[in-house]
Amino acid sequence: MSWETVIGLEIHAQLATDSKIFSASSTAYGAEPNKQASIIDLGMPGVLPVLNEKAVAMAVKFGLAIDAEIAPRSVFARKNYFYPDLPKGYQISQFELPIVGLGKLEIELESGQKKVIGVTRAHLEEDAGKSLHEDFDGMTGIDLNRAGTPLLEIVSEPEMANAKEAVAYMKKIHSLVRYLGICDGNMQEGSFRCDANVSVRPAGQEEFGTRAEIKNINSFRFVERAINHEVNRQIDLIEDGGTVVQETRLYDPDRDETRSMRSKEEANDYRYFPDPDLLPVEITPEFLSQMREQLPELPEQKKQRFIEQYSLSEYDASALTSNRATAEYYEEAIKLEATDPKLTANWVMGELSAALNEHNLDIESSPVSAELFATLVKRIEDQTLSGKLAKEVFEYMWQGEGDADTIIEKRGLKQITDSGALEEIIVGILKDSPDQVAQFKAGNDKIIGFFVGKVMQQTKGKANPVQVNELLQKLLQA
Amino acid sequence: MPHKKSITELSAGLAAGEYSSVELTEHYLKRIEKHNDLNCYITVDQEGALQQASQADALIASGEAGALTGVPMAHKDIFMTEGLATTCGSRMLENFVAPYDATVVTKIKQAGMVTLGKANMDEFAMGSSNENSYFGRVLNPWNTATVPGGSSGGSAAAVAAGLAPIATATDTGGSIRQPAALCGLTGMKPTYGRVSRWGMVAFASSLDQAGPMAQSAEDCALLLNAMSGFDEKDSTCMDRPVDDYSATLNDSLKGLRIGLPREYFSEDLDPAMRKVVDDALKVYEGLGAQLIEIDLPNTHLSIPVYYIVAPAECSSNLSRFDGVRYGHRCDDPKDLNDLYSRSRGEGFGAEVTRRIMIGTYALSSGYYDAYYLKAQQLRRLIKEGFERAFEQVDVIMGPTSPDVAFPIGAKADNPVDMYLSDIYTISANLAGLPAMSIPVEQVNQLPAGLQLIGNYWSESRLLNIAHQFQQSTAWHSQKPAGFFEGES
Repeated sequence: MSWETVIGLEIHAQLATDSKIFSASSTAYGAEPNKQASIIDLGMPGVLPVLNEKAVAMAVKFGLAIDAEIAPRSVFARKNYFYPDLPKGYQISQFELPIVGLGKLEIELESGQKKVIGVTRAHLEEDAGKSLHEDFDGMTGIDLNRAGTPLLEIVSEPEMANAKEAVAYMKKIHSLVRYLGICDGNMQEGSFRCDANVSVRPAGQEEFGTRAEIKNINSFRFVERAINHEVNRQIDLIEDGGTVVQETRLYDPDRDETRSMRSKEEANDYRYFPDPDLLPVEITPEFLSQMREQLPELPEQKKQRFIEQYSLSEYDASALTSNRATAEYYEEAIKLEATDPKLTANWVMGELSAALNEHNLDIESSPVSAELFATLVKRIEDQTLSGKLAKEVFEYMWQGEGDADTIIEKRGLKQITDSGALEEIIVGILKDSPDQVAQFKAGNDKIIGFFVGKVMQQTKGKANPVQVNELLQKLLQA
Repeated sequence: MPHKKSITELSAGLAAGEYSSVELTEHYLKRIEKHNDLNCYITVDQEGALQQASQADALIASGEAGALTGVPMAHKDIFMTEGLATTCGSRMLENFVAPYDATVVTKIKQAGMVTLGKANMDEFAMGSSNENSYFGRVLNPWNTATVPGGSSGGSAAAVAAGLAPIATATDTGGSIRQPAALCGLTGMKPTYGRVSRWGMVAFASSLDQAGPMAQSAEDCALLLNAMSGFDEKDSTCMDRPVDDYSATLNDSLKGLRIGLPREYFSEDLDPAMRKVVDDALKVYEGLGAQLIEIDLPNTHLSIPVYYIVAPAECSSNLSRFDGVRYGHRCDDPKDLNDLYSRSRGEGFGAEVTRRIMIGTYALSSGYYDAYYLKAQQLRRLIKEGFERAFEQVDVIMGPTSPDVAFPIGAKADNPVDMYLSDIYTISANLAGLPAMSIPVEQVNQLPAGLQLIGNYWSESRLLNIAHQFQQSTAWHSQKPAGFFEGES
């Protein structure tokens, strides 16, 4: 039997506000445990929440960016359950009336085709603290620094058909929230994480299969692996005559498997009800238009502009705008030295991107700044550097040796473009290689590579290859 | 005999140098000690009070004193008082020392008042007799075999017995007005949002409101002046200017339209209670007011609606008392569930447990629509009923409580009977309206109260209406026997 997979994602994006959603405590990551927990975050008796308006503004911007309905009136609700890292015994979230309603997002499939994924809703909520089970001698430590951190929970429609689509969607949201400046997207610190709802059904069947929810996945790679594993598990289970039960599962990346956390029967009854401590959030048309004005250029708009303004291919434009920092780096680089947009694009996506990947760095933390990078592209463009030399210069640049001209000067890496000097070298080589010259004359065109190699050897790669070819043809024909 | 004086008189006495704040404070501390058997206080802060009093004396000496500087008072033990035990009448918080001050406490400190201590109360403000306190019941000074009412029973009994000249209290379904009525006092629950709830342990957030428990409307106005105002720490507190509640106390009542809901004067009303209420209404007629019969059609639903909404909110508000971060924790929990169930089971009393269970049930999936949602819809109807009534009248009057003080234990085993004590008071909380209770003629030698319900933000007018009655009658000046006879 052939199977179809149905996937929906719930993404939790931590909003980049300085203070928490209902208190003035800092949201900075990595402080000593409980140093960023005020009496409000601790759920002391008598304390009350006050909504951080910046979190509202960020949620609204996200809604506008996905073309969603923004609720003129949304309501905070209490989600009640007991857990030691949930200080009040309830989480303040939004339930029936979320701030962001139905929206949509276009993703690109591997085939190059486009697909629109619906975003059911996005709502504001507070994060819980952390339970620390190690280092407490059989006891559990509670760190409430994270408690009350603002989250935007973005819920998709169940419209993704495989793990790759899910990853593409997640990456698109990741890029979008960073474009908007509403989330730092740091997955290792948990600022961006997701739950995946996965089910399978026989191909062609209308009705959804029973779904399992995989909790707290914090990397693109794990999302793909967790979903693939879960899909296979469900298919195997059904094919062996079993049935999928609705449950929450956890992905274990070390063993590459999901395992059951709790079943539907064990699930909490959260007893949601509107939080009487908070007034409904009213969004006025004035506030909306103010937010709209503050929206930055979004990935799709930027991509179109790159295609038109810099005559880039759709592929290049898409790659360069996949995140805001890369696009900004690129534009800064071409602006600084007025270098050719296509050439600059090739080098950003080629050498720079490879080096960043290799060292597992974001472009923001690249040791080669856009300013330095521009000096390199400039010297490639004016043929001071061959491609090969340029790579060498880039290497030194990465190590902190300064701009292109400084490195070229210091390392003597200038391309030899003086044709008189080159001609002299070539004449010498031809003289020393009578056999090869005879072969060329006998019609072996390929032997020309031998001469190029010799020239490069003698010039330590500094000869301009195009020029060398021209000169060789001329002198051999003579 | 300063303990016989109103705070208006005490303020004048302090200003005139008849006594110092320290002397006044010592006087009250001695009386608290002497009448300890009433059990009005959970905590007495002798040292702190005397310190505040000597600071107040310095202010008075330097001519920087305000109207309330140096006047002693008591806080209901539901308000956070930094550095001082704040128990909420519960074993759960038996050893809890507040890490901060409630806004009400801060404002009263800023006014220069002296905090004598923390008044006893029904556990987490749940009860109408003060029999639900972990720290023991409070006796009614008018007859120590009877209850003082609740939940602000300690505040009421303390003021009635002259163990504090005035006190703060809170009212979720009648917890200021009913004990005021049963102890012969003037108490006011302001409009929801008038007084900040920051630092007031939450029972039912959408109903809770703090207010004064006093000897007269004039005293109520003075304390409410200090308590009221916008607080950015409470999102439900309204940013609205505060009137000077003392300024309009003497306005005329000519042409005042008093609404008398047929539902409050039905045949169920005890004839003796009816008579004292009717007599009070005649006083108002004499002052130029006009009596108008009105309908409040959903009055009979207020108790059932309240007993869904309040427990639902309380079940969630009290979840934070889990034995993890503060408050009572059971010995040697064997696992997390054991920690929760035993800490909460041991920490909460029977009435609190009952309400948590009712509320949890009302919010449960499958019951939410039938209970919580329906109750909220009816709550809106009750509110609209009042809004229509206030198109015709300026104030609504009736009895505060169906009974005078009842014997200790009389209703302790019958929660529904106990809940009916608040039948006239609850709807003002559901609608968020300001309401008062003022003493009228006694019934069977025990105080009885007249309830005044006003339109939103009409505190000034209500206090004026109450004060004019007190200018024409002396019921509010009556004192219980056995507490005021001597010099101390």
